[in-house]
Amino acid sequence: MYIIESGNVAAALGVKLAEAAVIAAYPITPQTPLTEKLSELVDAGEMDAQYIPVESEHSALAVCIAASSTGSRTFTATSANGLLYMNEQLHWAAGARLPIVMCVVNRGIGAPWTVWNDHQDSISQRDAGWIQLYACDHQQIIDSVLKAFRLAETVSVPVMVCYDGYILSHTYMPFELPEADQVKKFLPAFTPEYFLDPACPKNLNTVTLPDIRPDVRGNAAPGYMEIRHNLHTDMRKSLDVITDIEKDFKEIFGRGGYPFIEPYRVNDADYVALCMGSLSYHLRDVIDMLRDEGIAVGVAGLRVYRPFPDKAIADAFAHKKGLIVFEKALSYGNQGALFADVKAALYAKADRPFVRNYILGLGGREIQTSQLADVLRSSCRPSSTTTDTPEWIGLKL
Amino acid sequence: MTVKTTILNLPEEEYVHPGNRACSGCGLSIIYRIALKALGRDTILVVPPSCLTVLQGLYPIAATQLPCLNVTFASTAAAATGVLGALRAQGREKTTVAAWAGDGGTADIGLQALSGACERGENFIFFCYDNEAYMNTGVQRSGTTPRHVLTTTTPITGKAQKSKDVPAIMAAHGLDYVATASASYPLDLYDKTLKAKTFYGPRYLHIQTPCPAGWGFSPELSVKIGRLAVETGLFTLYEIENGQFRLTGQSAKMLGKKRLPVRDYFKTQTRFKTLTDDNIDEVQEEVDLKWKGYENDCALHAGIEYQGVKS
Repeated sequence: MYIIESGNVAAALGVKLAEAAVIAAYPITPQTPLTEKLSELVDAGEMDAQYIPVESEHSALAVCIAASSTGSRTFTATSANGLLYMNEQLHWAAGARLPIVMCVVNRGIGAPWTVWNDHQDSISQRDAGWIQLYACDHQQIIDSVLKAFRLAETVSVPVMVCYDGYILSHTYMPFELPEADQVKKFLPAFTPEYFLDPACPKNLNTVTLPDIRPDVRGNAAPGYMEIRHNLHTDMRKSLDVITDIEKDFKEIFGRGGYPFIEPYRVNDADYVALCMGSLSYHLRDVIDMLRDEGIAVGVAGLRVYRPFPDKAIADAFAHKKGLIVFEKALSYGNQGALFADVKAALYAKADRPFVRNYILGLGGREIQTSQLADVLRSSCRPSSTTTDTPEWIGLKL
Repeated sequence: MTVKTTILNLPEEEYVHPGNRACSGCGLSIIYRIALKALGRDTILVVPPSCLTVLQGLYPIAATQLPCLNVTFASTAAAATGVLGALRAQGREKTTVAAWAGDGGTADIGLQALSGACERGENFIFFCYDNEAYMNTGVQRSGTTPRHVLTTTTPITGKAQKSKDVPAIMAAHGLDYVATASASYPLDLYDKTLKAKTFYGPRYLHIQTPCPAGWGFSPELSVKIGRLAVETGLFTLYEIENGQFRLTGQSAKMLGKKRLPVRDYFKTQTRFKTLTDDNIDEVQEEVDLKWKGYENDCALHAGIEYQGVKS
């Protein structure tokens, strides 16, 4: 069934279909309609879940961490400074290997205050040990929420589903509502390996020494470093899991099929624009326009940022002439974080494209189609070279 | 309900292993062991970083036989909320959820989450073991460190401010059960924990917990010093049950009787060594005024008691 709803409601309906049992959230623009919808669904008895209206984002994730540790499927959502207020808890959730799913409705960070969209909030949390998925439209939001629960619970790593504030969260779009029986087939019930239970007491997250240490039976238990190595290794392994889940999803729902990179007119392109979120769909119009002008350019939307699908990127783009990376975030004092990652992914390839970096849309600065077209016209040339410093689109100095 | 447990009918089952990592003479090791007996096996614990984190032991060995979730410093009460949410979702509501935080984890960094959880009416028992400074990190001042006390962050002239009255803050949330206890009266704590278990909603127990290393006394004196705090009237044992305040245990016995001078307490600990005679006289006056309040039964001068009686 197709329905027309906002991106935030798409996310809420995904959480309902996933049957999250404990939801905790604190309001922040532009996430609020998502949590309002969830509280409404629970209050109306349409969703059998505990909705806990906490007093801060730090506590929202605390509730999810504890509820997940007690064996329930959990969900929260936030934006911008709310995500940053969770920072310590983000690391904690990942370190404790809890399959929490969180929507990050992307918004710029203060100071100065902004409520508008960019990606600095989630990108700044890239090293927190969470998987990060990015959605381009409402269909991908609801689908990604379902995939995120399955992924998180398969690899025991928390997952962020990121989507653009206002551009997706507050706009209305038709999308197909997954059928509940299909969801049941795709997403099995949450059955954690261990959880807080007086019948089988465990002391979770105790102080762990630098070196390995035997337990009471003499078996070596991992030290802190082994625990970190396991998280990293499982994050890398999750690349394969993401591929498998995408395949299953397509079989059951008939949609998707692009685990990492969603290409548009990329196959026969010499140049590829690469970005995350709704911008990649915006760029499709630009690509059509430039194709009409004879420029062999395509666009690729990156769906997964952590773990970084470096091999998929290298395989997809190493043979291209040029890659133009558009980013709504910046690693201050260096360059776009995605840009740096993309260059590193291509480094192993002897024959690699030039890579250029454009920063745009920070704090909701309007991104005009004509600006994107101009940048691509000037970049998509054999004479272009790789840059180290990003260029800014629409900057008015 | 008035229960009087004695050492003869205290349950024999232990939930805390001996040989744990608490310092010798640690007040916490007394109350943790005794209160867990009252909480019983069907309990889930939530613990932020504190001396208790150390007492619990180092991975993969734990000193506590109950399931325990170690959480971030500021999140204790929110984490207890999460455990409760999952238990409700799974129909496991009979399990008791108990949080154990130090004074910093309760009165300072943990206060927002605690206040939020109390306002939401979460069904947990929150134990604050108050050793009156950040002992686990090496005796830095906290919100409950009393005035004049030397800590490593008030090292020369002592803390200038009075301590924060956390039970009063909790009582102001309209909790059905708020009580104080002392590590030196463990059976009183045991009975109060049993009583706390009979209520639904947030319940708060504030336990004064002598700390030899942080307070500057010899480990064998822990119980004596905790008793002195009560016997001098500095620390009061009481409970506020459904808004009704009453003195309990040793404090109740002291009503209308002569108390030991506060000087007797101050001279036992090096943390008070910069107190002048004037300082001591001033504190004595405050304590006398507080007890006058108890004796007048209107407790206008006693802060917490006033709140309790009014509601």
